[in-house]
Amino acid sequence: MKFPADCVYTKEHEWVRVQEGAAIVGITEHAQKELGDVVFVELPKVGDTFDTNETFANVESVKAVSEVFCPVAGEILEVNDALSESPQLINDDCYGDGWFIKLKIADVAELKDLLNHEEYAEFVAEESAE
Amino acid sequence: MNSPTVGLRKTALHSLHKKLGARMAEFGGWDMPIEYSGIIQEHLAVRTAAGLFDISHMGEILIEGPESLRLIQHVTCNDASRLKDEQIQYSALLTPEGTFVDDILVHRFSADRYFLCVNASNAEKDFDWICDQNAFDAEVVYVSDQYSQLALQGPKALNILQPLVSIDLADIKYYWLKRGKIGDLDCLITRTGYTGEDGFELYFDPDASERVWTQLMKAGSGDGLIPTGLGARNTLRLEAKMALYGHEITDQTTPWEADLAWVVKLDKGDFLGKEALIKQKGTGIQKKLVGFEMVGKGIGRDGYPVLINGQQAGVVTSGGPSPYLKKNIGLAYVPVSHSDLGKEIEIQVRTQAVPARIVKTPFYTRPTT
Repeated sequence: MKFPADCVYTKEHEWVRVQEGAAIVGITEHAQKELGDVVFVELPKVGDTFDTNETFANVESVKAVSEVFCPVAGEILEVNDALSESPQLINDDCYGDGWFIKLKIADVAELKDLLNHEEYAEFVAEESAE
Repeated sequence: MNSPTVGLRKTALHSLHKKLGARMAEFGGWDMPIEYSGIIQEHLAVRTAAGLFDISHMGEILIEGPESLRLIQHVTCNDASRLKDEQIQYSALLTPEGTFVDDILVHRFSADRYFLCVNASNAEKDFDWICDQNAFDAEVVYVSDQYSQLALQGPKALNILQPLVSIDLADIKYYWLKRGKIGDLDCLITRTGYTGEDGFELYFDPDASERVWTQLMKAGSGDGLIPTGLGARNTLRLEAKMALYGHEITDQTTPWEADLAWVVKLDKGDFLGKEALIKQKGTGIQKKLVGFEMVGKGIGRDGYPVLINGQQAGVVTSGGPSPYLKKNIGLAYVPVSHSDLGKEIEIQVRTQAVPARIVKTPFYTRPTT
């Protein structure tokens, strides 16, 4: 599985990529594989604000609904509207076209609490071994 | 995300499923394959070609002896006396209150030998239940461990299976069975399934499981046969509106409510639950199982509230996306007064009330050939 080095990660399997001071957020390859075929995504609205670990989206596969948690607090600058028509982008390209939201980060210091790609890969390996 | 699998039972094909990369999860106390290549792909394969399911978790109970039929007639609500040798009947075990203990398949091998296929999660409960009711000259034997069960389902199922077996499969009508051989292996072959497609279910010695699985997969490779898991089995049975114990049918629902009146034969003599069913027929039911289709954006799922005029009036028993129909569908209990086709309801999807409509079921019926 791929965990790009330019992202940081949560133990709830979200990734964050910081670009021009904003955070792009999506779910990891591990998460999309666990979900299976994604058929529906419920996204927030631009301007909504979320606390750290607050649910900002729901992603639905054929068999279940999963919450997606906000890795760092902030305000929604943009949502990936393409997911409404093509939710399978999350399966096809979870680190690219399958992104969820762009977030204005309230406190950049929070990013330090997240895992780097190596730490996250280790975490996934441990979790899968259980 | 990973559910603990310690202490779960494993079918004889467990390690093969893992080798195939199946995602495994708990179902009815068993560690079962949920999906291999993806639920949507597997679902469509069964509708258009064929899929192979390991359903060895299902329970089997043998009833033998001169009064086998009397015992079966007492504990089930359908009329097993109408069965001929090698015929199969969908039926149910009911409580004295007329609610479900389980839904089952009754196979008549001969006048003094019947074979029941029951749900995995209920197998031991059903066995104890039948034993407790056995005031007859009949022997009840728990034989689940003696069988692996595979379901080969889909329009190509007959073509795939035929070259491997000793008998002419076209001779087996829907809900009938024959004994045959796969190579030198004795096999019970039934024309049944839980997908809404044509297909067969095979019962045989668990020791032969990997061999049979591999033979079938090889025989079906040119016809598009793929391994299919319990995820697709669930979406397939939902489209075909087949009930699932714990969802549409429970010990809180009766056949009248569950739209399964055809399974009840009140004219067959006494059986458990009959008095309660007659009484409920007189007073009338309050809730009824219906099919719905989401009209607004959102997916109504198991356990979600059904709203009528903004008030909770029912509950979704099974719901989700329909891979074949490409709609979001489901089954729900609603008040009888609001159960007509076309009626508007709402499903409470998290924070939103999403419009839905009561529609005709089954959602999917296979084309007649």
